[in-house]
Amino acid sequence: MKTTNVDRLLLLTTVLIAAYQVAVGIDGLSTLPITAYTIGFGVLLVAGLLMIILGFEVLDSPLVVIASTVIPLSLSLGLVWEYVATWRSLYLFFVLFGFLAVVLTRSLPVAQRWQTLVLAMVHGVSGLVIFLLPLVLAFEGQVLPGFALVGLGGGLIGLGGLLLSFLKIGKPILPRETIFRILPGLLLLMTAAFVAGFAFR
Amino acid sequence: MKPVAAKLHLYWPLIKSTQTGLLLSTGVAGYLSAHHQVNLLVVLGLAGSLFLSISGSTILNMWYDHDLDAKMKRTHKRPLASGELSQREVFRLGMVISILGVGWAIAMSALYGLVVFAGLFFDVAVYTLWLKRRTCWSILWGGISGAMPILAGRVLAEGRIDLIGILLASAVLFWIPTHTLTFSMKFFEDYNAAGVPTFPSTYGFGFTRATIAISAVLASVAIGSASLLIGMQAGFLRLLGVLTSGLLLLAFATLRVQSERVNFGLFKYASLYMLSAMILLSIRVLV
Repeated sequence: MKTTNVDRLLLLTTVLIAAYQVAVGIDGLSTLPITAYTIGFGVLLVAGLLMIILGFEVLDSPLVVIASTVIPLSLSLGLVWEYVATWRSLYLFFVLFGFLAVVLTRSLPVAQRWQTLVLAMVHGVSGLVIFLLPLVLAFEGQVLPGFALVGLGGGLIGLGGLLLSFLKIGKPILPRETIFRILPGLLLLMTAAFVAGFAFR
Repeated sequence: MKPVAAKLHLYWPLIKSTQTGLLLSTGVAGYLSAHHQVNLLVVLGLAGSLFLSISGSTILNMWYDHDLDAKMKRTHKRPLASGELSQREVFRLGMVISILGVGWAIAMSALYGLVVFAGLFFDVAVYTLWLKRRTCWSILWGGISGAMPILAGRVLAEGRIDLIGILLASAVLFWIPTHTLTFSMKFFEDYNAAGVPTFPSTYGFGFTRATIAISAVLASVAIGSASLLIGMQAGFLRLLGVLTSGLLLLAFATLRVQSERVNFGLFKYASLYMLSAMILLSIRVLV
């Protein structure tokens, strides 16, 4: 399926917003959140550029599962590190071993049910953290209400990651054409929501 | 008025506007990378003199290579190769524009003028007249010539040749093979028909792909080192790091996945990477 001009425009906007976030939007944070957000938005940026240049065929790469796992893991780690100090070590452990588990189950001859289970667990937990944590923080008044947009972005990131990952392991949630048709818009919405929400910290 | 417009229409393809524009942008970025107070008149002079000297050398290059252009599908419709312009007219145009460009550059600063002249000399005399038809390694000199505008811009700002200038020039030098070698693979038959020695025809496609990948890595190392020495702010360094990771990913992909599509992807990404790096190098002055 070829990318259209509208797809490329949406992807370019996503790339520019992600570039802004990496260069400017996360200044002033401590080292680990800056690293985590840089990785998360960096993967989004590079993925957007590669889709513009090479088209949707780039999504046939086996690296897509890894990339679509890195985004929610790194963004959720940044949030937990910033706002839930007591969970830092535990969540860092989950992120590192979750990532390792995804890489191993994708690289070694492992039964598909294990691949699915690991992916669902890693995406599920990280997606829920990005979705719920900003909402809870905004509801409790620890941050400005607009920060809830990060939760919306997080929800969309989780959705995008799940769609791509399960497509790659041969259990698509939606037909391939439908996923590719909505992906550029989904990427733009989630990036914009996440970046806009961050401005309300 | 119509004949003038018609002439300009014929002259325009002689300067390879995209390539000239990109090289010109590297020159301006080299100047702005010094992060001194920007003098708009100097920037205009820099842009004007570089535009003329780069265009002049490109026209002379096209004048000398018109017989090769006529043999290649990709270039046989160029105004000189197709006979729309005469050799004498194109040669005169190239000489006049080159002299104007280098003269303007020397009038601005002797050292700057010398670097601009070196770029023209390496492109026309060493690359085009001497080596292009003899060895595939001619592209090294083409690359050195292409690296001169960014060095010239830096020299104009600093008044001397410094390490950062050399690193910036190295970045452009190593970026250029991603362009020239990709084209030499894509238009392999064309170059063979014209009898121009290229990396793919001399060493094979595998070696050429490896050279492109290594060049891309070296270009990113040079631009990264220059950015650190310039004192680029942390956010821009992060962004450059992210863009570099994409470049490295594609560079390694070209070695594993041997397809023209991925090769061309690396070429496009590397061009975008270089343009982004130029903007990041300059932006501290602009914001």
